[in-house]
Amino acid sequence: MIRVVLPAHLRALARVDGEVRLTIDGALTQRALLDALEARYPMLRGTMRDHVTQKRRAYVRFFACERDLSHERPDALLPEAVVEGAEPFLVVGAMAGG
Amino acid sequence: MSSVRVLVGTRKGAFVLESDGKRTDWRIDGPHFGGWEIYHVKGSPADPSRLYASQSSSWFGQIIQRSNDGGRSWEPAGNRFVYDGTPGPHLWYDGTPHPWEFARVWHIEPALTDPDTVYAGVEDAAIFRTTDGGQNWEELRALREHPSAGSWQPGAGGMCLHTIILDPDNAGRIVCAISAAGAFRSDDGGATWRPINRGLKSNAIPQQEAEVGHCVHHIAMHPARPDVLFMQKHWDVMRSDDGGESWKEVSGNLPTDFGFAIDVHAHDPQTIYVVPIKSDSEHFPIDGRLRVYRSRTGGDDWEPLTTGLPQANCYVNVLRDAMAVDSLDSCGIYFGTTGGQVYVSSDAGDTWSAIVRDLPAVLSVEVQTLA
Repeated sequence: MIRVVLPAHLRALARVDGEVRLTIDGALTQRALLDALEARYPMLRGTMRDHVTQKRRAYVRFFACERDLSHERPDALLPEAVVEGAEPFLVVGAMAGG
Repeated sequence: MSSVRVLVGTRKGAFVLESDGKRTDWRIDGPHFGGWEIYHVKGSPADPSRLYASQSSSWFGQIIQRSNDGGRSWEPAGNRFVYDGTPGPHLWYDGTPHPWEFARVWHIEPALTDPDTVYAGVEDAAIFRTTDGGQNWEELRALREHPSAGSWQPGAGGMCLHTIILDPDNAGRIVCAISAAGAFRSDDGGATWRPINRGLKSNAIPQQEAEVGHCVHHIAMHPARPDVLFMQKHWDVMRSDDGGESWKEVSGNLPTDFGFAIDVHAHDPQTIYVVPIKSDSEHFPIDGRLRVYRSRTGGDDWEPLTTGLPQANCYVNVLRDAMAVDSLDSCGIYFGTTGGQVYVSSDAGDTWSAIVRDLPAVLSVEVQTLA
């Protein structure tokens, strides 16, 4: 079971409380995780990555296991602790005022 | 008894203000979508319970929300605003080519007869349309592909398409306005477009009377006289009597003709309203006095309306989509400020009161008159 923590605004948009739990078959990459997340919650499409290019939005960051994975290739494997559900994958709104 | 529903978009959420026809006691509902920028909320003329809201943030992009019950509940609709084809560049602030990039929806214009058909004006400037209630959006690409588009430049707020006017007498006619490209008109439902800026004069562009490049802030039309258009330009209040074919200045005795908002009385197409703002470098009222100006002659001759509005130490702005009118017998005029006040006049501007004073900065105000 993959655990995903969304920022407050996206939790409100998707109407979820707490962590999202996903089951993903095959290799667990950032792309596979985001595909599964958007399939479960279609209203999140376009909020984390561009509709067409799939490029991460500038003010969205991806963290896990105390590492910043934002700049990893979308098809790079995620850490084993995320695969095992020991650690969550964090979608974070970049720190900025406003 | 009739009632009114005021739809307010702010920097940090949407608010719905409701009152009966007296417009003295108000119920304030919100914030909806707290923390998000709500550039615009508008109801369908064909089904007043159907509302659309443009919700956006720099972090998470664009969302379109839809309500089928007058704003009590909302559901996210489609948010895929993708330019049709590969857009060419426009000019950036420094005059260099810049790729067309979608930023947000500035303005939502539901069709006059079908609640599922809606137009959206976006930044970078383009117009989109949905015919399925907001699930899918398609660009009317001919506007962005106009031969002049490569020369369009953003205004200070971005290169936004902020005004969409649908002609009730001519189903194919659409008027839109872009900062800072100017006004454009289609007579065939968006298949083709042409600039309608003859008569505009802007001293901030190299050719002051150029066909495009004018920073039009807003355009208003009375549905009974769709060929008469009123424009608040960056500087200058303008009027056209021929559907935008030509414009003449009607700033007349205004204390300053810079401003953003402009609207027309619901029952008198010759009565119009603006909120003069000091200048393009000082976006607040002259002398700290918030004054709406009314012309009963379609321009040129203006009178200040001050009763109930702050006449000292007021330094707010009133943005382009933040004024609206209701259609009750005694026409109500509404506007919102960047200070978070929403003002109402239930007597066509003679007297004013604040419905609410401490909202986030108001981006847009629309009014629905309900049976």
